Parts: sequence; structure tokens; C-alpha cells
Amino acid sequence: MSRRKNVGIWAYSVFVLLPVYWLINMSFKSNEEILGTFSMWPQQFTWANYQVIFTDPSWYNGYFNSIYYVVLNSIITLLVALPAAYAFSRYKFVGDKHLFFWLLTNRMAPPAVFLLPFFQLYSSVGLFDTHIAVALAHCLFSVPLAVWILEGFMSSVPREIDETAFIDGYSFPRFFIRIFLPLISSGIGVTVFFSFMFSWVELLLARTLTSVEAKPIAAIMTRTIGASGVDWGVLAAAGVLTIIPGILVIYFVRNHVAKGFALGRV
Amino acid sequence: MSLVLENVNRSVDNTSHLKDINLSFEPGSFNVLLGRTLAGKTSLMRVIAGLDKVNSGRVLVDGQDVTSLSVQKRNISMVYQQFINYPNMNVYDNIASPLILAGTAKAEIKRRVQETAEMLRIEPFLKRYPLELSGGQQQRTAMARALVKDASILLFDEPLVNLDYKLREELRQELRELFKLRNSIAIYATTEPNEALALGGTTTLLHQGHVLQTGPAIEQYRYPINLDAADLYSEPPINILPGTISEQEVTFDEYASFPVAGHFKDVPVGAYRFGIRPSHMSLVPKNDDDIELSVQVEVAEISASETFLHVANKHFQLVLQLSGVHDYRTNTPVKIYLPPEKLFLFNSEGGIVKAPYPERKKGAQQHG
Repeated sequence: MSRRKNVGIWAYSVFVLLPVYWLINMSFKSNEEILGTFSMWPQQFTWANYQVIFTDPSWYNGYFNSIYYVVLNSIITLLVALPAAYAFSRYKFVGDKHLFFWLLTNRMAPPAVFLLPFFQLYSSVGLFDTHIAVALAHCLFSVPLAVWILEGFMSSVPREIDETAFIDGYSFPRFFIRIFLPLISSGIGVTVFFSFMFSWVELLLARTLTSVEAKPIAAIMTRTIGASGVDWGVLAAAGVLTIIPGILVIYFVRNHVAKGFALGRV
Repeated sequence: MSLVLENVNRSVDNTSHLKDINLSFEPGSFNVLLGRTLAGKTSLMRVIAGLDKVNSGRVLVDGQDVTSLSVQKRNISMVYQQFINYPNMNVYDNIASPLILAGTAKAEIKRRVQETAEMLRIEPFLKRYPLELSGGQQQRTAMARALVKDASILLFDEPLVNLDYKLREELRQELRELFKLRNSIAIYATTEPNEALALGGTTTLLHQGHVLQTGPAIEQYRYPINLDAADLYSEPPINILPGTISEQEVTFDEYASFPVAGHFKDVPVGAYRFGIRPSHMSLVPKNDDDIELSVQVEVAEISASETFLHVANKHFQLVLQLSGVHDYRTNTPVKIYLPPEKLFLFNSEGGIVKAPYPERKKGAQQHG
């Protein structure tokens, strides 16, 4: 029985990990080897592809740019979504339910819809090709989701805890930071994960709203198609390096992601 | 410290939660709020604490209007029915938190937390986190946090409801002792008449958002102001029999009658409602003038060492509270005995006309 179970797991792992393995495999090969022969592992192992990326500023700046606006996006998302989610979870106001639902409708449109207005607006106010421009554009999608996730986590904290804290003499900011945030820490972890991931993999807006200064790595990767054809090895190395931040984030929030998909309503 | 509520009204979405509440609490007094669920006990406490706003009326502490004062600025403590602690802090920090916020010196905090924890017998758990404790210990932690600071008003909102029977009895006794040592106003809400009687102190009866009666619990048990008040002190509910009083006779719809005597003597003739507490009826006559009624058993509910015997005939339904375990089958014919000297007399609106106790003690307040 356990053997049969193992077979399934192995088959699944191979199926999922094969493309990733192939990417890593390619990143340690030269272009000639990639195009010339079929081999399961590099015959002439080389770091040259990585060397290109780490020494050429036009490559490694792409990573810095991406990380810069992704982190910026996550921070803005949290700063905006935490108070908003608290309000939705604790207070009643006119139209609160409609507003809460309306938040999600923002996510129903594909990012491409907002491409033209963002481009035109940012160009005219001088935000074009800045990191904050991309971060703000991504917030349009990450904030609603963050509010939804955080509201669920906050609503699972009894209101009486807030009240007890006020009775004990906590001021609102102190209560929020000392008591409330630790109670929803896993919700915050999940929120950061979702906004980080969305922003990290989103290409369309990021590419359109930048040209040189804030160009993301995913946009730079398309540059390898040059006059001499595709630089397969460097492209593969860039791909490997692009996966790493995602893996790191998943590693840190792995225990909370399942809860996050239930939006805290567990 | 004195606390006065003046004409307090509160309604939410056109539903009235508190209607014209006028109450005053003496410094150092122990007060019980007795009322059924949704009677307004919690609403009243939340208004006193400043957690909810009033629609009209004033809350005065020491003669000063605190109606619009924020929760943080009122010197109160509150314990909820649910076990509310800060899950991310250990028991010590939980208890210490009001003191830390008040800027108390470190050594003083340590001493007072130790003292309070000892009083509530939770000092072995100071290093643990609230969710690692049993329900009783969690509630003790919440109480310790409420008691550790010198609050002028202590609010206990049915704190023992979610605990098991044994623990409840034990903690209730301890609480009573703890309150005696303090000089603050303690207000304790409960749905159980037994608890109100056991705790003593001044009891305020709440019914559908307004105050029925204020005074010592035992007084209210004997001299309820109306049917609702009498009912609040009966568990199971008080029995009501419609009847009439004439010159010579008291008649229950022509199936039973007895001569006018005792406390019915100077009552004007007319139609009345007679109330009898379930514990006052019995299966054996205790006096010669007890009224004998023939009924059939509907169901015998056995609760601990008591039996609630539901009986009926074609005129009425009654509940008897009997001590001991009695096993009766449905439809068994029995004779029950009803002592006329224990009958409450209510008019058709439910107001009290006559209570079955001779002399009414002086000093008990009444509210319309």
C-alpha cells in the first residue's frame, strides 16, 4: 500500500519538477550544448551564464528594480489594507457590504484593461518609468485581495479583545500594534505572500509603465532575443534566479498559506 | 465613588435596548443585575463602561458627567461571559497589562500581580499562555486582570455561565469574598435567581430594557412588584391561575374554592390572577386548609435531587418543584395541595395586589 502511494508521489514530483530541473540544467550549459545535443545533465558544466547576469548592470539592475517595486507594493498594500480591513471587520457604516463586494470586482477585470489609463496618466504626471508607478499600479489588484484576506482574519478575533484592551487603558494605536497585529500575524504573512507573488509575476503593467530606470527582470529577459538569435543559457540562468525569491517567500509563509486560502475563516 | 444613571435610553436600529433607566449605585456596594437573556443587562454594562453610546440620558460618576468620556478615561474593569485574554501574552503579562499602561513601578507591578494571582489561585500558571489553560483558569486570569487595577467600577457580565457547575459554585463564593475587601462599585449580571439570592447585595431586576425593581434579592423574592418580577425569581416559572374573589369565597373558575381568609381579607371583590411558586405546592397536605386539586401527570423532569412535576387537568397546567426524585408516569392521576397562604395576588395587568407575606420591610425601593 505505502509503496503504491509512493509511486504516485514520485510520478507527480517528476511531472511538476521536470521543467524546473530542465531550466536549471540549461542554465549550466553553453548555448552550443543546449542546441547541439540532448543530455540529462551538463556535459561541460559552466557558470558563465550566471557570470553574465551578475556582472552586467543591465541584467542585475532588473532584479533590483523588480524587488524594489514588489517590496514597495507589499508595504503600501499592508499600510492601506490593514486599516481598511479593520474598519470592515469592526464598524458598520452605510454601504459597507456593497463597498466590500465592490472591492473584489476590481479583480474581475484583466490588468490589460487598465494599461492605457495608467500609461497615459503616469506619463502626464511624470511618474512614468519609476518604481512607485509600478507599485501603485499593482496595488489596484493587491489591495482588494489583501482587504478580503485580512478582514477574514480580523473577524475571527473576538471584538471583546479590543474592548478589554480599551478598558485596560490601551490607546488605539498601541492596542493595534501590541495586541491586534500579533493575533493576525499569519493573516499578514499570507497577505504579503499574495501581494508579493502577484507583483513579482505580473509582467504586462510592469513592462508597459517602465522603460529604462525601473525595468523589471521579466522585461529584460525578453531582451536576450538579439541579432545573433536567442541566448538560451543566460535566459535560463535568469529564469532560475527569478524563481528563487518566490521559493523564499513560500518557505516563510508555508504554514499559513492554507489558512490564507480560507481567508481566515477556518 | 458613586455611580448614577439618569434617564438612560439606548436603541439600535429602532429596537429599544434600554428604556428610561434611573439607577444609583452606592460606593463600595455589591450589585446584581438580574434579568433574562436580552433583558438589557449587557447593554447597561456597556453603557456604564462607555463601550456603547446612549441615545439620551446621562451617566454620572461622583457627580461628574462621564457620558461622553472615552473608555480609556473611565476607571473601570470588565469581565465577559466569554473568556477574554490576550492570547499572545502569558498570564503574568495579561494581568500586568493594565498596571503597565497606568505607569506603575516595576516592583509594584510584580507585587500586585503576585498578590492577585495568589488570591485567584493561578500563580502556578503565570508563565503559561491563556490558551494553554482550562476554562476556569482562563476566566480566573480575566478576573485577575480586572481586579489587579484599582478600578472604581467592576463589571462582571455573567462571568460564570460558561463554567461547569462545581467550578461555578466555588468561584461565586470566592468572588463574593473578593468584593467584600474592595471599596469599588461591583456590578454582577446574571440570569439565575439562585445566583442573585446566593450573592446577596442590592439586586436590580431588568425586564425588556427597563428596571422593574431595586432592592435586596430576598425582599424581591417575597414582594415582587408585578408578575414579571415574580417570574424572574421562579425557576421553573411561577404558576398562574385565573380566579375571582367574592365577599365570602375565592373561586378558581368554579373548580375549586375556599373561604376568604388570611391575606385576602381586605381585598376588593373582582377577578384576579393568582400566582403560586412551584416550590410551594406539594403532593401531601401540609395544613388543613390546603386546597386539594385533582390533576394528571404530564411529565416528571428529574433535575439533580429535584423533580419538576408538570401536571394538568382540563382547566389549567401547573409545575411543581419537589425535592427528591419522583418517578411518575404520564397520565398518572395525582392529588396536589396548594396552600392558600402562599398565593400571590395580581391584577389583570400583572401588577401585584397582595403578597403572601405579612409585613413589608421598610426601605425597599420601587420602580414603576
